[in-house]
Order: sequence, then C-alpha cells, then structure tokens
Amino acid sequence: MSIAREPDIASGRLQPEDYLANFRDLHPPLDKHQAFVEADRCYFCYDAPCLTACPTGIDIPMFIREILTDNPKGAAETIFAENILGGMCARVCPTETLCEEACVRQAAEGKPVRIGELQRYATDTLMVAGEHPFTRAAPSGKRVAVVGGGPAGLACAHRLATYGHDVVIYDAREKAGGLNEYGIAAYKSVGGFAAAEVDFVMAIGGITVETGKALGRDITLAELRESFDAVFLGLGLAGVNALGLGEEKLPGVENAVDYIAGLRQTADLASLPVGRRIVVVGGGMTAIDIASQSKRLGAEEVTIVYRRGAAKMGASEYERELAQTDGVRIKFNAMPKRLIATDGRVTGMEFEYTAEQDGRLAGTGESFALDADMVFKAIGQSFVPLPLEGASIELKNGRIAVDTERRTSLPDVWAGGDCIAGGEDLTVVAVQDGKLAAESVNRALTS
Amino acid sequence: MADLRSSFVGIKSPNPFWLASAPPTDKEYNVVRAFKAGWGGVVWKTLGEDPPIVNVAGPRYGAVHSGDRRLIGLNNIELITDRPFQINLEEIKRVKRDWPDRALVVSLMVPCEEPNWKAILRAVEETEADGVELNFGCPHGMSERGMGSAVGQVPEYIEMVARWCKASTRMPVIVKLTPNITDIRYPARAAHKGGADAVSLINTVNSITSVNLDTFSPEPSIDGKGSHGGYCGPAVRPIALSMVSEIVRDAETRGFPISGIGGITTWRDAAEFMAVGASNVQVCTAAMTYGFRIVQEMISGLNRYLDEKGFASIDDLVGRAVPNVTDWQYLNLNYVTKARIDQDLCIQCGRCHIVCEDTAHQAITTTLNGQRHFEVVDTECVGCNLCVNVCPVENCITMEQITTGVDPHTGAPATGYRNWTQHPNNPTARIPEPAE
Repeated sequence: MSIAREPDIASGRLQPEDYLANFRDLHPPLDKHQAFVEADRCYFCYDAPCLTACPTGIDIPMFIREILTDNPKGAAETIFAENILGGMCARVCPTETLCEEACVRQAAEGKPVRIGELQRYATDTLMVAGEHPFTRAAPSGKRVAVVGGGPAGLACAHRLATYGHDVVIYDAREKAGGLNEYGIAAYKSVGGFAAAEVDFVMAIGGITVETGKALGRDITLAELRESFDAVFLGLGLAGVNALGLGEEKLPGVENAVDYIAGLRQTADLASLPVGRRIVVVGGGMTAIDIASQSKRLGAEEVTIVYRRGAAKMGASEYERELAQTDGVRIKFNAMPKRLIATDGRVTGMEFEYTAEQDGRLAGTGESFALDADMVFKAIGQSFVPLPLEGASIELKNGRIAVDTERRTSLPDVWAGGDCIAGGEDLTVVAVQDGKLAAESVNRALTS
Repeated sequence: MADLRSSFVGIKSPNPFWLASAPPTDKEYNVVRAFKAGWGGVVWKTLGEDPPIVNVAGPRYGAVHSGDRRLIGLNNIELITDRPFQINLEEIKRVKRDWPDRALVVSLMVPCEEPNWKAILRAVEETEADGVELNFGCPHGMSERGMGSAVGQVPEYIEMVARWCKASTRMPVIVKLTPNITDIRYPARAAHKGGADAVSLINTVNSITSVNLDTFSPEPSIDGKGSHGGYCGPAVRPIALSMVSEIVRDAETRGFPISGIGGITTWRDAAEFMAVGASNVQVCTAAMTYGFRIVQEMISGLNRYLDEKGFASIDDLVGRAVPNVTDWQYLNLNYVTKARIDQDLCIQCGRCHIVCEDTAHQAITTTLNGQRHFEVVDTECVGCNLCVNVCPVENCITMEQITTGVDPHTGAPATGYRNWTQHPNNPTARIPEPAE
C-alpha cells in the first residue's frame, strides 16, 4: 500500500529541446532516394493483397509504381482518388494490421514494403506544392449538410463537392478535422498537418465550414432536413466510458481523449501539467497514445493496465512496442478495483488480477496497488444519441444503424465514421464511410 | 588451388583477368594501382598520333540505373588517350619493367594508312610491351574520323590493317571488334585472314542512355547537345556472350583465340565467357563502378569454382559450353517441360498468373476452393519459363520435364529426340517422320 503523500503534478518537467525531440515526427519523411529504394521493393502483385486490405481500396501497387517512375504527384492523385485524407492515413493508419500485414514481402521475408511511408512521400509532394488534383463538376444546385468535420465528414463533403453539390459542414468544435485535429498522437501529425489537410480538402471548392455549431444545441436534424437536400451525420463519439468507481468527483482522474485534445491544441507543451506517476486504464490506441505522450511530457513512471491478455488488446503489437520503447510499462490481466484518494485527490489505484473462465473475465481475488498522481481513463468511447432526440433515427448496438451504402433509417439522412454501428474506429474506415455515403447521396440526388 | 595462370597468344599473366583499354588504364598511376590490386594484365588505353585528341570538358558518361541506383549500364563519349604519345610510351615502358609478370598490351588507333601503323608499332615495340590491340571498336567520335568502329564495320579494312601490322611487328596482334555490325563473324573472319593472332570483343554498343525531358538534350549533355556514346556494363553482357560464341562456333575461325569483353562484373561472368570459348577476359565497367579491388573476388571465386569442379586450370574450363551452343533448328522439340509452383515457397504475389494470363498462355489459375492459390494447368502450359523468370522467389517455380507419353498441351510426343530438320511441319525436313 502506498504511503500517503502529496500528488506530484507539474508542468515544464523537461528542457525545451527535449519537448522538440519527443514530439517530432515519429517517422521522418522519406527522401527521394529512400522512396525509390523502397518503391523498388514492390512486386506489383496481381490482385494485390495490400489493395484488398485497404479499407478505402487505394491502388497501392499503382501508386508505388508511379513513385518509382518519379511521378509522385501522379501517385498522390491515385491515392486521393480513393482516399482524400490519404495524407493523414499515411501517418496514422495501423498499416501493420492492414496493407503492410498483407504485403507479400511480409510473407517472404518479414519485411513488408513500407507502404504508409511511401504514401506519405507521394501525398506530401503534392500537398506541399499547394496543388489539388481534382476539379469540381458544374454546380448541381443541390445542397447537402454534413454534421461533423472529422474524417468521415470531410471525405463525404469532398466527394459530394466534386459532383458539383454545395456542402455545408457543421462542427461543434472550433476547428474542423475531428480526431485528426484533436485526437491523433502529436508525434504522428506534426506541423499543423491536420489543419493543412482540411484546407487541402476545401480547395475543391463548394464546401463551407461552420464551426462552433453543435447538433442539438445550435442546429437540429429536423431543420437540416428541411433546408438541405440530404444530410450526412459524422458525429463521432462524444461519450467516454466510465470506470464506475466514483471518479467523476475525484480530481486527478481524467479522460485520456480530453487530455490529448488539450495537448494537440496547446502552443506550449511545457505548459501542460503532467503527473510523475501515471496510470492508464485501457487497451486500445487511446491508451497507448496517452501513455506514450505523458511519458514524452516527462512523466517518470507510466503504467498501462489492461484487463485482458496481450492478444486481446485493441492496440497492435507495433503500437505496444512503440509505447514500451518509450518506457511505458504494460500490465495485462488486471481490472480496476478501487481509486485511492488522499486529501480529496487521486494518489493511487488498486487492481485485481483477472482470469478468463469459460470465456468470461473474472477477478482472481488477488490485488495490487499502483501509486498515481494522475489516472487516465482510456476504456473506450460511446455514441451519445442525445442530439438526435426526436428524430426517430434507428440505432443498433447504441450507434446509428446504416446499410451498406451508409443510409440511415431516414430517407434523406446518411451516416458514417465512429458513430455508426459496426464501425472500426479507424480514420481510414471513416473516410471510406464518407466516400460511400457521398456516392449514395449523389445517386439519390441525380436519379 | 587451381592454376589460374593464363597464356593468351603467348602473353603470360598470373590470372586471366585483364583490364580493358579504357579510362582505368590511361596512366601509369592507375595501372600500377590495378597491378597492386591483383589484375593479371591491362590493355593500355588506346594511343593515337600527336597532337593528342581533345576530350569534351563536360560530362563523358551516361548511365542506366536500377531503382536502387545500381549501375546497370554505362555509356561514354570519351575518346582515346588525350595525353602526349611520348609520355604514354615512357610510362608503358616503366610499368612493364616494374611489373614483368603482368600482361601489358597496348591499344592503338591511327588512320588507315600503312606508314602510320608501321610507325606507331615501331614506337610501341621499344617499350617492351607484350602485344598490341587494334582498336576497331570505339563507336563514337573517332569513328567520325574514319577510325575505330568505322574500320571495324568494314571487314576488308580489318583484314588490310591486320596484315600491315603483322608484317611490321614481332608483337602479337589482337583485333578488337565492334558489336555495331549485323554479323560478328565477318569482321572476325577478316581479322583471321589478315593474320591477326586473336580477336577481343565486344567494344561498346552505340547508345543514347537517356533524354532529358526538360531540356530535350540526350545525356550526357554537352552545352545542351548530346551525341551517341558507347554502351557497356552488365546490360551488354548477354550480347557479348552471344557474339563470342558465334565466332567460336564458326568453322572459318575455329580455334582463333578470343579475349572476352562485355559487362563482366564477377567471377561467374568471367567463367561464363570462358565456357563459351574466351581464353581470358577483360573488364572495365565493373572496375569503374567499384574500384580495382573487385579482382580479388574474381580470383577467389574462379579458384573455388575450378576446385569444386575438379578443373586443374582455366584451360579445362575454356570452351566447355561450346558443344552445347547450337542452332535453334537442332533443339529437341520432344523435350517437354511444365512449370511447377512450390506452394510452400509461394508468397502469393500472383505475378506468374497475370503475365501468363495477359501475355502468354492462360495456364495459371488464381483460386482453389475460393482461396488465393496459383496452380499450373498442364494442358495449357507450353513450358515457356516466363513465370519462372518473373517470380520474385528463387526456385519457387521450376520447370519439370515430362518424361513419358505425350505433351498434355499439344499431344505431341514427350520422349525421344526430334528437331526441326526432322519435323513433319517443316517442308524442307531432311529426314522424314518415322513411320508409326
């Protein structure tokens, strides 16, 4: 049991150069020669497994071949044709479980072609040049409202705009971009890339963004359906799952996503208070991201506690290794039992070991405690249907029900991204949702 | 250890690896470095008459690279030596004196007049050099002045100059041939008739390696203009191998010594040239890519290979493949092979399927029970080997001979021997189809 003590939470734990080093690009961009060497490794497979594994169906062998022939802008156009957020996906996709896992070089030698980094080389080349590869069709006279300016909404809006429809994106936050702007780990999207990517998407024309407009507060679905020809909902997940240990009233226990959002928006990393000892509860990408980033902010001990074994963890092995390389400790098979408080603040947390019995998780009765100046909750997010109240939109498993074209139960309303049932909570999947929905909307509006 | 010593037209060297007449052999400094590194001999960069020629002061080389910038082919527009004749002679004499066990042959190029050749041969003889090589090969620059490949493309000139040279010197005369000709046997026969002791080939191939798509100048670009150069390096090796084998097999030049040149980079390349009949080899581009030290790999590799084969000396290797180089019409049309894919080695890239489907014989399927799976259909496979060549995994696809019955694709016999001269589809078949 921990000895009672004052919580150690402080900002400015590191020297300025340490913050720069800790939050610079996780993977420095490939230079031209590196890109050629890597592109040369691609076998240009028939019916390529990487392409099949990409949720947005980017023609990966073709764009790599275009890189190899020193046509990186052509490569970028190939990528953007299927995934207008190909720049961000190049940075944040868990390629190790998608295209690169499927790469035949993985089977051949355990070293897949670095598809993500090649994709970044191509997309960066075009975006840095300030070009936009597509032109907008003649105005159709149709108007579509997109609620939520995250990956799903942006992808949907862009595709609709190319068809000549006018799009208005409503976003509750100050900036569009969604989790790209507020959620992705800082070292995966440096230099204001998320905002630059929004500008890139907007360059198609015909899209206006209204920030600070929340559904249910400033606008209603009924109004949007009244004044637009179609509506796309890319609402994301507004709720954070609770530990159920009375943490709402205990200072020092925070939502990981909120802290990351603050980290992403701060102009001065040294100003962020971070605990000396951190406990992260959860097993997904958010848990990894908050653990790694708090370590990089100068926390001395960071421990992720996940209730099941490594194989069940939502974060990939690559992501786990990334965190472990940062010095993060991961404890498996332990579940939260009790928050320990001193003088009204969290100072530690008690866990109980778990074991699976007949596929069900149960406590073993054995427990341990960890000192903690801060506890981050990263046990998942949930869809908050409140803004849709009264719209009688069908839900499934707590999220919006859609068909294969991303149509909801309402005839003129489509949805995509994390807010729909069956979503995988991945940027690239959200982009595909937005794209598919836009195609469906376009068919509906032009038929 | 096998005996690597070489005697080429009486010129002795400790190993069969010579540096070809080219930039690496332009000066004493370079040649001494080469000998220190272990090269068995050099052909000194081509001497001409004073005043020395002038080289371009801009880029002399163009290149073809693989994706990882490996040099596949090199092209040059450098001419013969641009240093004064006397300085070259003095250096040659000194090098030969200091390195008596190494071969030192001097490459020559002067106008097609007998007095000019006589004069230069007399001067070279005084250096004690081991022999001369007549440069009838360079395809750029000098050919515009009636020398180099301009001579090599006219068999009558080759014969004439070779005869002049043999009549005026005690030194062995090697004629270096240009590949920029329709049938390499004609210039070789001419050299033979002229009394030359040997031929060396190939010199470089006419080439433009690339065109700058911004300036629209060929590369290398000299002030916005380009001129064709001579192509060499690994890319030309197959052309050279074939040309060497053509001369070896020609009845008119049978037994005529050949020094093999063209893209030789490793011991294995050298061994292949020797197997098709070259008595020794000359190297340039590989040295210009990696430096002189590569000869150590060539020496150790050839040594080990000869030992493993039980060959006592390089003579046991030279010409060993010659009996197997034949004309197409004598290939056994009853030899039937089918591709076999090793499913354990297959990495599922599918390239065998798509090249067969798009460009060959639709003989490789893509699925088995709904799973990605590549399998050869014997009734469609013509045994062409394309899948083997495009497969990125060595030995994943192999060709297996059908040794009984008939070819499942054609129904023709898969045993015995029958070539085109015996085939019923050949209207001029000399031997009729045996009666069933």
